[in-house]
Amino acid sequence: MEYFLQQLINSLTLGSIYGLIAIGYTMVYGIIGMINFAHGDVFMIGSFVSLIAMVLLGVGTGAFLPLVLLIVLLAAILVTSVYGWTLERVAYRPLRGSFRLAALITALGASIFLQNFVQVSQGAKIKPIQPIIQGGFTFFENGSMVVSFSYLQIFIIIITVILLSIFSYIISKTPLGRSQRACEQDLTMSKLLGINVDRTISITFIIGASLASVAGMMFVLYYGVIDFFIGFLTGIKAFTAAVLGGIGSIPGAVIGGLLIGLIETFWSAYFTIEYKDVAVFGILVIVLIFRPYGILGKPEVEKV
Amino acid sequence: MSSKKNFSLIIKDLIFTGLIATVLLIPIVGFRTEISTVDSTGLTFNYNFIIAFFVVAFVVGVRFLFHIYWFSKIQKKPQENSEKNKKKFLKKLNFYLGAAAAVIAFTLPFMPFANRYIVDVATLVLTYVMLGWGLNIVVGLAGLLDLGYVAFFAVGAYSYALLATTFDLSFWICLPLAGILAAFTGILLGFPVLRLRGDYLAIVTLGFGEIIRLILLNWYEFTGGPDGISRIPRPSFFGFPFARKSEDTTFHELFGLEYSTMHRIIFLYYLILILALITNFFTMKIRNLPVGRAWEALREDETACRAIGINPTNTKLTAFAIGAMFGGFAGSFFATRQGFVSPESFTFIESAIILAIVVLGGMGSQIGVVIASILLIGSTELFRELEQFRMLAFGLAMIIIMIVKPRGLLANREPSILLNKKNE
Repeated sequence: MEYFLQQLINSLTLGSIYGLIAIGYTMVYGIIGMINFAHGDVFMIGSFVSLIAMVLLGVGTGAFLPLVLLIVLLAAILVTSVYGWTLERVAYRPLRGSFRLAALITALGASIFLQNFVQVSQGAKIKPIQPIIQGGFTFFENGSMVVSFSYLQIFIIIITVILLSIFSYIISKTPLGRSQRACEQDLTMSKLLGINVDRTISITFIIGASLASVAGMMFVLYYGVIDFFIGFLTGIKAFTAAVLGGIGSIPGAVIGGLLIGLIETFWSAYFTIEYKDVAVFGILVIVLIFRPYGILGKPEVEKV
Repeated sequence: MSSKKNFSLIIKDLIFTGLIATVLLIPIVGFRTEISTVDSTGLTFNYNFIIAFFVVAFVVGVRFLFHIYWFSKIQKKPQENSEKNKKKFLKKLNFYLGAAAAVIAFTLPFMPFANRYIVDVATLVLTYVMLGWGLNIVVGLAGLLDLGYVAFFAVGAYSYALLATTFDLSFWICLPLAGILAAFTGILLGFPVLRLRGDYLAIVTLGFGEIIRLILLNWYEFTGGPDGISRIPRPSFFGFPFARKSEDTTFHELFGLEYSTMHRIIFLYYLILILALITNFFTMKIRNLPVGRAWEALREDETACRAIGINPTNTKLTAFAIGAMFGGFAGSFFATRQGFVSPESFTFIESAIILAIVVLGGMGSQIGVVIASILLIGSTELFRELEQFRMLAFGLAMIIIMIVKPRGLLANREPSILLNKKNE
């Protein structure tokens, strides 16, 4: 029971990271209907920028931690969102309205480019960083079993909740969110009604990249080790989460992320750690076979 | 006056580009993190601001050239070219290019400049050509987006490796077996998921590709895990081995030649050339058969196909299985050429490269696959020394080619067979 509770807390943390990345996938898919394969690498860029900012500010040398973390967070969001914007501007906008697979190939190309860009400029070695937020609550102890909730996990979950509330406020209440939802429903019609579609899509990429950069910062804090290749598997799993939750649906992405975190953590805890990714993809296949449009997605009705 | 206005606009744009490039590049390029040598746990910086500055200048320069090019393009009048002439021209071009490519391919090993390295690179390019043609059946003809094609390549390679090392079977027995096993894997994986459409299918095939790689990596007793399988027997010339000395008659003794290590390399080259040509021939023929036409119809409109009584699942399954079979053949060739297989060779990036070859070449175009393979594999192979920059250029090339020619270098989406139109 204690073990179960502990794993539940761990999975919630992991799920928050996946959920934040998955939102980027699902928003882009909802609006322009393409899989942004480079999103995982945008997340990786975010984690690198946070790492660089942390080293630059000398985290752990006695500086006031919350302020430092806030600056790191803002720096990561700023730089990574410029990456997201540039990505859309350079690789995707020229191909908008073109043949669907073309955008997929540029996305794959952008993913390969970003990975190798970071490998060339930062080196291929893994980058370790010492734990920054230490300690935590202990709920209860039962013999050797301890259920603890580390400050780091609390930090990650609280930041996720705050970001998600800001984000859902933007989507549901502001003019920007309204135009985004309009674009999602019908791109041509929104254009006719005077919505600046290009701008809306750019902002979508910026928001997606910002959320991914926060996830990247959390990843650095949580695992303490990054390299140029982390974007691939994490990105694929986050995309799996988006599909699982129903692609195009934002609450679905969060639920999907939490589910993927749950599956991954519990599989590693109770079965074999080597096959945790097999379990994630296996569950995806099973869900898609029985519910091809995901958990919260709407079934596509095909008209002739 | 307008040119003055243009000029100031260009300057503004260049400044903006420079600013963006600075934000993008200074943090990642300027601060290179290194594990510090002092206490081996922390990170320190290696400042690379000069490099970052040059890269920013380079980006601005490229943007400036782009402006000049764009400006001169507006001045020119667009060339009028009727669609029909263009299509005829493309068809002719396809034919001549195909013929020329075949002639070059067959004579390449005997050209004066052909050394070991060139034949090796050509063999690699042909392996990708074959994989591209195999995937072209799935993506180009049937319109199924498969992001896990490398799984079938892996199944073929491991089947050959395991059959040849445990049962001591010869290459010519293992090759069809590997193809059949890969095709069965295709059916097994395809059956539950081929009801899905477009991007869902893409992500599921991607998932399967990863699952197969992870199983190969972790099932130590069967596949040797990360160590892979080594000492895979080399192919022989129909029973005559390529060796300096052997108990059997060797290849050079059979033909009375001087022994040379090139013999095997040239033989492997011709082997993959013939395998690839078989794939090509098969694809050309099957396009005119009912099943091939059903694939193309399915690609264009699935609902219409259902209405006229084509079973979408079975039709897709045949495309999936046949594509997988050719992937399996290519895989067993790969295993025998390398003499060693490990899960490292079958990562997602391989699937992405094969798909890029198909799409860049122009979906459904056979000669396009050849051109794209030469461009992507051959040209990046020449820059092997610049290991890291190679893949950087590869990614960039994928983006640029797609933006310049979104339909691929030689697009061919014409149905293979058309009813005669009344007007003609």
